[in-house]
Amino acid sequence: MMEWGSWSAFWSMGGNGLFVWGSYAVTFLCVAVELVLVIRRRRDTVRRLLRLRRAAPTGTGARRTTEEIFE
Amino acid sequence: MTTDIKDRSGQGKGLFRFSAPPVFYPLAGRLAPWFAGIAGVLTVIGLYIGFFVAPTDFQQGEVYRVIFIHVPAAWMSMFIYLIMAFWAAVGLVMNTRLSFMMTQALAPTGAIFCFLALWTGALWGKPTWGTYWVWDARLTSQLLLLFLYLGFIALTSAIEDSRRADRAGAIIALVGAINVPIIYFSVQWWNTLHQGASVSLTQAPSMATTMLWGMLVMALAAWAYTIAVALWRVRSIILERERHTDWVKAELDVQESRA
Amino acid sequence: MKPRSKRLLLLGSAGALLIGAVALVLTAFQQNLVFFHTPSEVAEGKAPQERAFRIGGLVEEGSIMREDDGYTVRFAITDTAHVIPVTYRGSLPAMFQEGKGAVVQGILGEDGLFRATELLAKHDENYMPVEAQFALDQAHKAQQTVQY
Repeated sequence: MMEWGSWSAFWSMGGNGLFVWGSYAVTFLCVAVELVLVIRRRRDTVRRLLRLRRAAPTGTGARRTTEEIFE
Repeated sequence: MTTDIKDRSGQGKGLFRFSAPPVFYPLAGRLAPWFAGIAGVLTVIGLYIGFFVAPTDFQQGEVYRVIFIHVPAAWMSMFIYLIMAFWAAVGLVMNTRLSFMMTQALAPTGAIFCFLALWTGALWGKPTWGTYWVWDARLTSQLLLLFLYLGFIALTSAIEDSRRADRAGAIIALVGAINVPIIYFSVQWWNTLHQGASVSLTQAPSMATTMLWGMLVMALAAWAYTIAVALWRVRSIILERERHTDWVKAELDVQESRA
Repeated sequence: MKPRSKRLLLLGSAGALLIGAVALVLTAFQQNLVFFHTPSEVAEGKAPQERAFRIGGLVEEGSIMREDDGYTVRFAITDTAHVIPVTYRGSLPAMFQEGKGAVVQGILGEDGLFRATELLAKHDENYMPVEAQFALDQAHKAQQTVQY
């Protein structure tokens, strides 16, 4: 087990705390941004498609049937 | 050309069922939360090992702990690009649209891991080597990988026609994949500042066991995270590209009733 | 932004990135990605004569000396076959030690002294606890004693 002795030793990382925590902070930031973007992309896609459908409700019928999906 | 993967009723045979977007879409929706949960749990375990079990390094002190995110990010950036190339090849050969959608779903995550490998590497290099960056073979080829990822994303977003975008992206994925073994073997083929591999398939690891385990658990966490995000992202891509089909219209009905 | 302008911007970025990537590959391979030469290569005259280049190797044990001005450092870099003397002024990386790897950039003088303008520490791929290294050192010492 790793014995840190004190919390300040943990944050300091032997004097290189900025480099270590700077790495992990940016990592979690990137993960958070990616998750937000993925969730937003879905929400925006659904909204936009619903809006398009309302604008042209009758449509021209499905261009593809389920069988044609394999093409 | 594709009749051999369909059975008599027109449905895909065996696993090829899942190459149909209407079949894959709900499956991806059911699997994604599981992989997200696994990623979360593994991250907690991996970081615990990395910061509270793994000891101080005799050579680098505490700053080596960047390894628990740097190496998994670097591994994933290479692995994801190879998977992208695989799906691009499958798409070109089997003419399955979903394969190309998968390639595009993976790219942003790969790009982010590639950036993180470079960023964490730079922050690790300054206190150890004495510099944030050098143009040695390892770092240069990793930067090249980031350009390839960004080029892929920009190009596939720019081309309106999805079939042309798929094929243009496939070229970048397949040709760029050559860079991945270059990155991996760069520390053997050329004199580099970046050190050689601590973990390889052919040699015993040159890391203490607890350090190794922390790294491997974080790598698995990154892998599970990638799958979760790619599955979730491909669902949006599928809805967009298959929007004229009956099943998507039905799915939109469901979404609208929930809104 | 208009869809066409957006497409143009994306296409332009893609083009710029790909051109950058190709340029990177070409320039990198032009210099043969020789990040550093070994002391043996330098001794054999294979290193560039008039321009700056890098030497990579181990810092020879007992060779680090600080000059009287308190700022300049002299040491020797070796690959166990050949030794090159180096002089350097500047900050020392924390991991710069005797017996460990280093990479210096500079010019080789006619007197055979390498005047370095940049010094980087190079570490290997071994990671182990402090206690393990201590145990290894002890075992190494014990082995040496037995040989004599």
